[in-house]
Amino acid sequence: MVTFFVIWVLLNSKLTPDVLLSGLVVAFIVALISCSKCDVFNDIRLSPKAMAYSITYIFVFLLELVKSNFDVALRVISPGLPINPGIVEVKTKLKSKLGRMILANSITLTPGTLTVEMQDERFFIHWIDVKSENIEEDTKLLVSKFEKYLEVIYG
Amino acid sequence: MANIILQIAGGIMLLSLVLSLYRFFSSGTLVNRVIAFDTMTIISISLIAMITHYSGRTIYIDVALIYGLLSFLGVVVVARYLEKSL
Amino acid sequence: METLKIIGAIITLIGSLFLLLGSIGLIRMPDVFTRIQAGTKASTLGTLLSLLGLGIIYFDMAGKIFLLIVFILITNPVSSHMLARAAHFIGVKKADLTVVDKLEEKGKNHETKNSAK
Repeated sequence: MVTFFVIWVLLNSKLTPDVLLSGLVVAFIVALISCSKCDVFNDIRLSPKAMAYSITYIFVFLLELVKSNFDVALRVISPGLPINPGIVEVKTKLKSKLGRMILANSITLTPGTLTVEMQDERFFIHWIDVKSENIEEDTKLLVSKFEKYLEVIYG
Repeated sequence: MANIILQIAGGIMLLSLVLSLYRFFSSGTLVNRVIAFDTMTIISISLIAMITHYSGRTIYIDVALIYGLLSFLGVVVVARYLEKSL
Repeated sequence: METLKIIGAIITLIGSLFLLLGSIGLIRMPDVFTRIQAGTKASTLGTLLSLLGLGIIYFDMAGKIFLLIVFILITNPVSSHMLARAAHFIGVKKADLTVVDKLEEKGKNHETKNSAK
């Protein structure tokens, strides 16, 4: 409901009272029709510590995105094409569905790693430069930098 | 000054669109073509945003939004079809 | 005001360079999975940067551009994940460079559909 309202305001990009009022009505109706029993967002903890961690997580994620983008770009333009691809397996400690989904999306969005399949707590990740084939080591290299923030936010 | 830089950026975007169009026609299998199509739509979104700058009409941002929505749906439908579970 | 416009234009130029790198990677990479990596991921950052530059130049459409950026950040990994999963499911040939494939060794319980997506 709140999400629909924020999207409505951003789409209109002006803040007159009639726009806000009609946005409230439309967001309420749409939320009532389409989302009567969606409980995905209930996993988020709303304590101040979780808020601070989620803001930190956004910055960590953007930094990681830019860094790995430069890495893949260097691989693309270097003449020898130094790639070493393979599919590795990692384990996650996250319990909630939303946390796992955000973790998988973060892994997919950073270039060089791509989530191929999820089975419960095991992720199968296609990695463009395989450094080891051990499960624990891969988990430490790929997942833990995102996981220590998401663990506080979603549990 | 800013206009000239934006024109160079638009030219580079057109060049990369042509490169991925070449990939689209030269690759044999279906999966390769879907990947090339996905890349083309992502490039096209930023190109439509550049058209907003050239023509000076804000409505083209909405066009880019709907275009991204439709391309996402198209790729998901093709992926479901490939898994034979449509 | 003029310097702000020039900064936005330079950010857009960097974004378009990333788009060009993405399509070069699309041509050079040897198999399907690496092509997904190079093509759709490198061009994601390119699109984000060029939209950000345009948002700096035109402040009045910054809301819509922010919405577009969030939309791309949500939908793009889902579509490439589904493409990779479908490609692995129908058994696309991988490149000779491929080192290890844990999912292939894990074997035949691939038919159990995941429920998260």
